[in-house]
Amino acid sequence: MDLAVIVVIQVLYAVASLVIISAGLAVIFGMMKVINLAHGEFMMLGAYSVIGAIKLGINLWVAMLLVAPVAVGLIGVVLERLIIRRLYGRMVDTMLATWGLSLLLVGIVTSIAGNTTAGVSAPLGSFSVGAYSVSGYTLVIIAVAVVLALAIRWVLLRTPWGLIARGTMQKPDMANALGISPSRVYSVTFAVGAALSGLAGGLLAPLTGVVPTMGAAFVAKAFITVIGGGPAILAGLVGASALFGAINQLATFVTTPVFGEVALLVAAIVMLRLLPQGITGRFFKGSL
Amino acid sequence: MNRFAKSWMSAALCLAIGTAMLFGLPSVMDDYTLIQVTIYAVMSILGVSLGFIWGFGGILCFGQAAFFGLGSYTYAIAVMNMGDSTVPFALAILVPALFAAVIGYVIFYGRLSDVYMGVITLTVTLILFNLINSTAGPEWRIGSAPLGGFNGIPGIPTLNVPGRPDDVLSPKDLFDVTFVCLLMVYLGLRVLISSKIGRVIIAAKENEQRVLLLGYDARAYKLFCFTLGGAIAGLAGCLFANWGAFTSPTIFGLAQSAQIIIWVIVGGLGTLVGPIVGCALIQWLTTAIGTQQTFNSNLVLGAILLLFVLLVPRGIVPSLGSAGEWLLRKLRRPAAAISPAASTAALPPTEQAT
Repeated sequence: MDLAVIVVIQVLYAVASLVIISAGLAVIFGMMKVINLAHGEFMMLGAYSVIGAIKLGINLWVAMLLVAPVAVGLIGVVLERLIIRRLYGRMVDTMLATWGLSLLLVGIVTSIAGNTTAGVSAPLGSFSVGAYSVSGYTLVIIAVAVVLALAIRWVLLRTPWGLIARGTMQKPDMANALGISPSRVYSVTFAVGAALSGLAGGLLAPLTGVVPTMGAAFVAKAFITVIGGGPAILAGLVGASALFGAINQLATFVTTPVFGEVALLVAAIVMLRLLPQGITGRFFKGSL
Repeated sequence: MNRFAKSWMSAALCLAIGTAMLFGLPSVMDDYTLIQVTIYAVMSILGVSLGFIWGFGGILCFGQAAFFGLGSYTYAIAVMNMGDSTVPFALAILVPALFAAVIGYVIFYGRLSDVYMGVITLTVTLILFNLINSTAGPEWRIGSAPLGGFNGIPGIPTLNVPGRPDDVLSPKDLFDVTFVCLLMVYLGLRVLISSKIGRVIIAAKENEQRVLLLGYDARAYKLFCFTLGGAIAGLAGCLFANWGAFTSPTIFGLAQSAQIIIWVIVGGLGTLVGPIVGCALIQWLTTAIGTQQTFNSNLVLGAILLLFVLLVPRGIVPSLGSAGEWLLRKLRRPAAAISPAASTAALPPTEQAT
């Protein structure tokens, strides 16, 4: 019984962390069809901004939930103006440029912070379920993922900004004719995506070591989750995270973490062969 | 330029330069420099493999390093078990080719588009990296070859003269073999590109729908192109294992795949010489960066990739070609302007306009 509870918590945690890792990429790719290969480095910047903020004496929670997204969001605005803007509609070029950007960011951060691992200790201690103990921070990650998914849904469906953003992505010229500046919408959307990546980096900082090259570990997983999800941003994100997260965690239980990762990646390849349009290309069509 | 680039003249020129280097370099360079040039040539083969499938087949593969790594591991494991290097050499080409064929089947026969292609190739690279990385410890061995996990496989026997395991190649011989391989790959691909199969491959890149309607199975042609690219990358991997007598999981890494893409972009997409030029330049630059402390190599490589995508998207070789053509025209025009009256009188009006 205790074991079952632990397994459920761990699976939920795996799903939740996939949602958090992929949310920023899902917004940028789903809304703008821009593949941001610097996503992992945005997360890395988020993690470093948490470390910087803590050194300045800011509370850990404020640093994770506020400083990291705001800092990375601002960086996102600048990068969108300087680089991404020139490449809209050229998907492959965007991929290459953001890959260059990711190497550049790794290089810059390595030059500044050095190639050493910095760390933040996880807050909240742990509690026990029968003979096992669970970190309280695990539950925070699950809660944040749920709030995040609901918030994205609320913003896109229930607020005027969501309406404007969705409209602009569907028909930029029509939105323009109605007096909305698509370039500003793109800019804001990219910034929101970057901010979500920053938040993810901030939240994961206590769980993984913070190094300049940490982004590489996440970008592929996020990429796979988003592509596996298909055209519907939110349903795809949650659906693919649930599928891949569960497979990853269950395989990890049976074998080792390495084979858990491999199982996730193999599942992604098999799924893309069966459902080339992603999960929401076949199921939940027309959902958000 | 365009016509020149496609003509046999340019191929002959490149082959002539290559042959001159093959025979000339060993006499002017000391052994150390020659070994350096060998690794440039090994990586150039890898660069050409991506330049071919991307520039001519339109397949952007983020995992070319997977075939490269697979080739080097196959060679290492096979040669440690067999002793003689002839069969391992062939296996190092065949195994990656087969692997590419399987991946290609999933991609092309599933009709996955560009983006999905990128994800799958990236994923496969990561799977291999993770798997090989986790094989540290004595229980992971194939025959008499320990896989070594993150530490890689050291002490790989060098290629030998076929049938005589004790007659191993010297560094100078390895240079010759590598360079001949590079030239053969270049020539082979040039011939392929101008053959009927090559034309269908290029046509499928330009407009797959139209090729299908003309009765060609574009999927099969793309699969062939991709498999060939995997085989060439495997060859490069085998030579790499020979060059340093060492292979490790880092060659499966994302950094390696990124490098290959940078070579092709910098050198020039849609040419076969471009990747070689790009590879030599970037490798030289990376080595030069390694000797100083101010700039980190990631920083410089990232900046180069960004600048090329934004400012010189065609790459060095095609841009140089255009510049050369422009210069030629500049030089010819004054010559023609010397006797304008005579030329206008001699030419009929219609031809003047052209």
